[in-house]
Amino acid sequence: MSDTLWIKNGRVIDPASKRDKVGEVLIADGKIVASFTAAQKKSAKVIDAKGLVVCPGLVDIHVHFREPGQTHKENILTGSQAAAAGGFTTVVCMPNTSPVADNAGTIELINNAARKAAVHVYPTGCITVGMKGQQLAPHGSLKKAGVVAITDDGLCVESNQLMRNAVEYAKMFDLPVLDHCQDESLTKGAVMNEGTVSTRLGLKGWPHAAEDIIVARNIILSAYSGAHIHMQHISSAMSVELVRRAKRDGINVTAEATPHHIALTEESLGTYDTNFKMNPPLRTEKDRKAIIAGLRDGALDCIGTDHAPHAPDEKDKEFDYAPNGITGLETALPVCLDVLVKQNKFKLPFVIDLMTRKAANLLKLPAGTLAPGASADVCIFDPNETWLYDAKKGFSKSLNSPWSGQKLTGRVKTTIVAGRIVFQGGKIVM
Amino acid sequence: MPWHRKHFLTIEDLSRAEIEQVLATAGAFRRILDRKVKKVPALRGKTIVNLFLEPSTRTRISFEMAAKLLSADTISFDAASSSTTKGETLRDTAQNIQALNADMIVLRHSASGSPLYLSRVLGIPVVNAGDGAHEHPTQALLDVFTMREKLGSLKGRKVVILGDILFSRVARSNIHALTKLGADVTIVGPSTLVPHWFEALGVKVSHNLRSALGDADVVMLLRIQHERQAAGHFPSVGEYTGMFGLNKTRAEWIKPDAIIMHPGPINRGVEIDSDLADSPRSVILQQVTNGIAVRMAVLYLCAGGQPEHVTTPLE
Repeated sequence: MSDTLWIKNGRVIDPASKRDKVGEVLIADGKIVASFTAAQKKSAKVIDAKGLVVCPGLVDIHVHFREPGQTHKENILTGSQAAAAGGFTTVVCMPNTSPVADNAGTIELINNAARKAAVHVYPTGCITVGMKGQQLAPHGSLKKAGVVAITDDGLCVESNQLMRNAVEYAKMFDLPVLDHCQDESLTKGAVMNEGTVSTRLGLKGWPHAAEDIIVARNIILSAYSGAHIHMQHISSAMSVELVRRAKRDGINVTAEATPHHIALTEESLGTYDTNFKMNPPLRTEKDRKAIIAGLRDGALDCIGTDHAPHAPDEKDKEFDYAPNGITGLETALPVCLDVLVKQNKFKLPFVIDLMTRKAANLLKLPAGTLAPGASADVCIFDPNETWLYDAKKGFSKSLNSPWSGQKLTGRVKTTIVAGRIVFQGGKIVM
Repeated sequence: MPWHRKHFLTIEDLSRAEIEQVLATAGAFRRILDRKVKKVPALRGKTIVNLFLEPSTRTRISFEMAAKLLSADTISFDAASSSTTKGETLRDTAQNIQALNADMIVLRHSASGSPLYLSRVLGIPVVNAGDGAHEHPTQALLDVFTMREKLGSLKGRKVVILGDILFSRVARSNIHALTKLGADVTIVGPSTLVPHWFEALGVKVSHNLRSALGDADVVMLLRIQHERQAAGHFPSVGEYTGMFGLNKTRAEWIKPDAIIMHPGPINRGVEIDSDLADSPRSVILQQVTNGIAVRMAVLYLCAGGQPEHVTTPLE
């Protein structure tokens, strides 16, 4: 049931309509409206956003909700609640579930669960059957079933021939191809960035060259075919530069950055804490700075969290044996505010743009704006509130966050999805 | 200065003074090893479990010997006979051993950082007997103990470590120990096995055997494993021996009073000529004997013993 909501006195930031001033946002029948009727005005529930920022609900094009098959880590409902708690109203799920989402039936299953979710959940389908990198998945049927992109995320499509066919075939359905850029032959057994820290810790290194090679490959295939290829979670300075040059040349590639790659480096791995283990790995300060610069000048298009929940007993292992991935939805906004706005002097509207309109536009999602007529997906946050993040008190089923137990600044107060308040006062309300 | 560490995990963590303390304690035990009766009562009533989740002969026997000479009871088991093959986690295996009233665990594991992980999980001391490519702290201490026996102070001494450095925990622990004791360390071998990243640890990286050997006081060889060839780190064992093997001709480049070391097991005819391994310049077997004294010192200190209280043999 959607409410008539009258959000008053907040700093309304909507990069899509170039809006940034204190004002109001009006919601009726699940949509943003320019004005209320007299009756609506009378019945509207008022949300006083004084001192708060009111912006479009955040959009994350890279999450793992583990349904079907790995629901001890997360499911679509708990994942969507974590999203709502983090201010996200639209998320895109990766298809590396169990079974993998390489057919219309699995997509239908995901869509059914998504209907009961706290936020808008869109599925992606696999590039290849079984994510095995050998044979194309049925992209046409997947598109009909509702996928917004195709990807073998977690694995790279190694074969150049298959990747070429995939991007050309998917282009026919206007489906962007999202690639996890990793040359497997260079990263066998690798668990962290290759460099001085891996040398000291005696851990097998993952050279950034393995990412750069595939980014370059994808740029070449995009230039050759005209297909849109999106590079997921860029972690290396050289990859940022490769994408920057490709865009300068008018090649149809895009790329995302994660909050952890802009906030942390390999130096965090000194105690073999598996909550800092993810793929691609945390890299050097030089890489971190290059990714931030890439977000600043547009070489990189948006933030994607790569929210990757794993159960505590799965992460509680020798570093080599723990799975890759960390959760991110509940911490992305404060981490980005700290790293980009506070430390690197990005303008707040620009950061919101990276987390809303720009992300939505990449996959042509109907989200990321407060313009009248748009779905009433809204995030209201206090940019100045400092709070203690405790993963145990969060909404994800899993606890694998490097920020658990840390103070973060910037806190989501209210999340509204299609005109319905789903998160308020630290609680999911739905 | 009293010894205060409960666990013995890395050389990197130790201060120079702590290294000196272990070496001094090892010295006292080494003297006892020369006596007729070698057993001391220091750890009587304690049970030490050697949890070896990666194959090892020398290190396991050395730790067992050390524990027995300290009058501790020992139980050793390796991966093949343990419940880890049934999917039990390291945490569960170790907690069970602790629940069985073990007083200390000596861990050998192929995963780097696993002793540190275990030390966070357990209430009893954890001693690292080699973790992945990370550290092998008792090996490095027995190496520097042997070097000092032969050369005296290591300050300004030149140590060449030759071979597969990339995958070697022995190299890493030795680099930390030697640099803390003031030695100049040069690591030598093919560029694929001796990457430049090691310079950050305070050593020189060289691929020129002749110039590196020229003024060395110590030449430490590391085992060349055939798996590295399969992974493409060098073309063939023959090529390795041809380029980097220590043979008689190359041995002439070394100063006459320099010593040759190897943590074992040696590949005769691969990284070292058989004759050189058996020559008077080789201290390979003395390293092995000194290893017992060093491990006695480590077990003794981690069990709460103090360096100045090393007890006399059971007469």
